[in-house]
Amino acid sequence: MIAALTLLLACQLAGEALARLFALPIPGPVIGLALLFLGLRLREQWRPDATPIDELPLGAVCGVLLAHLSLLFVPAGAGIVRHAGALVAHGPGLIAALVISTALTLVVTAFVFVRVAALVDSAPEN
Amino acid sequence: MTPLDLARVETLWVYLAADPLLWLTVTLAAYVAADRISAALGRHPLANPVLIAVAFLAAILLATKTPFETYFQGAQFVHFLLGPATVALALPLHRHWPIVRKAALPILAALLAGAFTAVVSAVGIAALFGAPYPVLAALAPKSVTAAIAMGVARGIGGEPSLTATLVIATGILGAVMVTPLMVLFRFTDWRARGFAAGLAAHGIGTARAFQVNPVAGAFAGIAMGLNGLVTAALVPLILTLF
Repeated sequence: MIAALTLLLACQLAGEALARLFALPIPGPVIGLALLFLGLRLREQWRPDATPIDELPLGAVCGVLLAHLSLLFVPAGAGIVRHAGALVAHGPGLIAALVISTALTLVVTAFVFVRVAALVDSAPEN
Repeated sequence: MTPLDLARVETLWVYLAADPLLWLTVTLAAYVAADRISAALGRHPLANPVLIAVAFLAAILLATKTPFETYFQGAQFVHFLLGPATVALALPLHRHWPIVRKAALPILAALLAGAFTAVVSAVGIAALFGAPYPVLAALAPKSVTAAIAMGVARGIGGEPSLTATLVIATGILGAVMVTPLMVLFRFTDWRARGFAAGLAAHGIGTARAFQVNPVAGAFAGIAMGLNGLVTAALVPLILTLF
């Protein structure tokens, strides 16, 4: 459990270090994600018969973190109280932009995904 | 209650209000309550746990006149876990890699179309309402994860703290709207639904996707990561038009 959490933090730390070292515009945790993903792929290549990740403590730790991803956004969300005034001050334009743009982005993204998937015959596997 | 007791209660409050323990506990309690409410309402999209917990906390902070900085002293321990949780997204990506690889083309096409739509529609609508340039610059990267969005906004002359608020608001709006919109337009492909949630509403949309379906969650995580990169490149180009 502790080893798994250490591995996650080490990936993030390596990501932060790489981002600063090479002045990358990508946040450290996203680079950490890529590093861990690469590690998992290599592990599967080299040791295909190793214990599946989901049965290791790493699987359990990641499962808990991702099952409660909502919780982790609560402190930043509460920060809205500081700037709620600014949102209202900029009037209906800003609110309209947020609502319409977010709805439009959701629909356009899903629509293009579904259409291109149908074109290249990439069937959903649910 | 005698005056002495009142004074004691006041002293206790002064101690507690400044102690990280209180606000960490309140944050967790607000989330547990919000999650129970969300579960009791069958995970209805409007009963979003982030939205409910933030509403509770906002009410408590305003009622107790607690400065956000004091609150964050306690809440930072929860906030800190966002980093390792982002790294943890590697696991669902690895687990669903065969499905992801087969969907490379739809992913690429939806990524470009979605990233462009997110920036142009937001900036376009706000500009129509006469929003000044610094507000447009703060708004442009609203769909990507806060760390990237704030960096992008700063780079083009937007106010990073306004961006942080707009990012959170977009995340909550997207998480609330995604299911009704997908049902309305009859999109049944979990890959497309998850990808849209992560692209439009970053981590909060991804949290919603994991709530609904594991494949949707994996695709939301991919969309969040990729859109961060594309938006960082796209926003400075598009903003030169406004």
